[in-house]
Amino acid sequence: MGTSAPARPPRRRAPSPLRPPRARWGRGARRPRRSPALTLVTGLALLYSLVPLVWLFVNATKSQESLLGTFGLWFGPEFSLFDNVSATLAYGDGVFVRWLLNTVLYVVLGAGGATLLAVLGGYALARFDFPGRRAVFAAVLGAAAVPGTALAVPTFLMFSRLGLTDTPWAVIVPSLISPFGLYLMWVFAAQAVPAELLEAARIDGSGELRTFLTVALPLLAPGTATVLLFTMVATWNNYFLPLIMIRDPDWFPLTVGLNSWNAQAATAGGEPVFHLVITGSFLTIVPLIAAFLLLQRYWRSGLTAGSLKG
Amino acid sequence: MTSTATAPAPPARRPPPRGGPGRRWAGWGFLAPFMTVFALVFVAPIAYSLYLSVYRNRLVGGTSFVGADNYRTAFTDPVFWDAVVRVGLFLAVQVPIMLFLALLLALALDSGRLYGRDFFRISIFLPYAVPAVVATLMWGFMYGTRFGLVGNANDLLGITLPDPLSPGLVLASIGNIVTWQFVGYNMLILYSALRTVPHELYEAAEVDGAGQLRVITAVKLPALRGALVIAAVFSVIGSFQLFNEPSILRNLAPNAITSGYTPNLYTYSLAFSGQQQNQAAAVAVIMGLLTMAVAYAVQLFGMRRAV
Repeated sequence: MGTSAPARPPRRRAPSPLRPPRARWGRGARRPRRSPALTLVTGLALLYSLVPLVWLFVNATKSQESLLGTFGLWFGPEFSLFDNVSATLAYGDGVFVRWLLNTVLYVVLGAGGATLLAVLGGYALARFDFPGRRAVFAAVLGAAAVPGTALAVPTFLMFSRLGLTDTPWAVIVPSLISPFGLYLMWVFAAQAVPAELLEAARIDGSGELRTFLTVALPLLAPGTATVLLFTMVATWNNYFLPLIMIRDPDWFPLTVGLNSWNAQAATAGGEPVFHLVITGSFLTIVPLIAAFLLLQRYWRSGLTAGSLKG
Repeated sequence: MTSTATAPAPPARRPPPRGGPGRRWAGWGFLAPFMTVFALVFVAPIAYSLYLSVYRNRLVGGTSFVGADNYRTAFTDPVFWDAVVRVGLFLAVQVPIMLFLALLLALALDSGRLYGRDFFRISIFLPYAVPAVVATLMWGFMYGTRFGLVGNANDLLGITLPDPLSPGLVLASIGNIVTWQFVGYNMLILYSALRTVPHELYEAAEVDGAGQLRVITAVKLPALRGALVIAAVFSVIGSFQLFNEPSILRNLAPNAITSGYTPNLYTYSLAFSGQQQNQAAAVAVIMGLLTMAVAYAVQLFGMRRAV
């Protein structure tokens, strides 16, 4: 399935109509004075959010011995981050690298495919009037309320009949549906793609597919990037689905693999590899944190669109 | 089903009904890929679950139709009810605390009085990017009395803090992990909703001489109601699905977390350790219905207060 191509957001970017105006205080009202007291109190929440991440980084720099022997929020006598990283990558014949590649595979095909389906579907819902449109809206939003884990057991049993369990498809196919993504693209397409523009293309004799690819798709790029970011996070962080679908450690994603290391460390007689669990956890979150920091404008605008629901 | 009432009518300005019947069906062409996979991974499993839940597989005699027997078993199963009460308690305590914190933070961001607002926003949101597995492992280690922060505090201060992974405290410890992961996400949803408040309302309030607090209660809180209800509904759904955190913490606290700790953990144990897949399907169906009912009730409550 050629799902990887749309995963790359198109170069051209249309201005996002969902982006809130920047200079909110520029519109007439006087800007309120900044308050050190409020900043200090809110700073407590900031500490709460960041201290665990700092702890993870600090402890990823420690050897197994100083992990047990030194204060958790400060560095140990030696800086073993690089030793730990190479130990993590080498442990168990490099199985961590294998898990990383699996995760990338699931993210590219799962999140890329989910984004493709959401873009096509959202465009259809926003710009075509067809029989059953309202029913689709109700069904998909209703489905968003069904607990995902309630679906997991029957999906597992179905897939095991089809011989799909223990293969990458068992993780990828269920990841392809993102009700939130469809909704977001619908809202976005309704604002970003003028119906008149499509009409003009049709009058010029452009077919529906060509109109979509050449006229609508470039306008949909910012919304596409937002949906892609959120589906990527969901797929990268997925634990329950691969946990039940995959028995073979060769097909584990990072999340399930890390937990298997931790389980091994906790069992009596198992090799305690806490420093590898901690370093592996650290390596697992680095790409996502980087993505969030670099792509701020996309998740901001995405959440703004989400708030239109309210 | 729960979200339909709060969601606005689909945003489309309806395109003018030009073009022949072929044009009308072209929409389905674009929607077909989504709906095909949707049927495979949403509709079919729900149907299959309903089917499984009315059968039973016995060692002797094979599979037979048992009607509502599996449901009857679930309703009289003390393990299941313990689990339901536990997530009920969890959601009654954790969800309000998390949403209240998120609300305070959103108001602080929106007040324009913070130094470094963007830094606050990104930093508090960042835990959302951390997988539940990593969040749980990390907090689980920090909770540890051996090399965690709790152990450090005990050593430094010469005290004995209560063990966060003991049976009495582990639910609160899980609540803390979930709050840590999602408070920033909810803060952003509420903050985004605040940003859509028309500026004229603030000007009007200013003309009326309303103070900060009055602006919050009279303008901002009413504007947030819809977003708060949505956030509450999704948090309720999340609480009922609680699985990852307790399942991963079990390695660190095997005595405090049983195999039927939450309904989902129970379903998982039934299906994969106990091979009672029909019973697991019945429990999953009950939990699905219960979740939708509670989410719907939260929404009705929120909307009624809106009037």
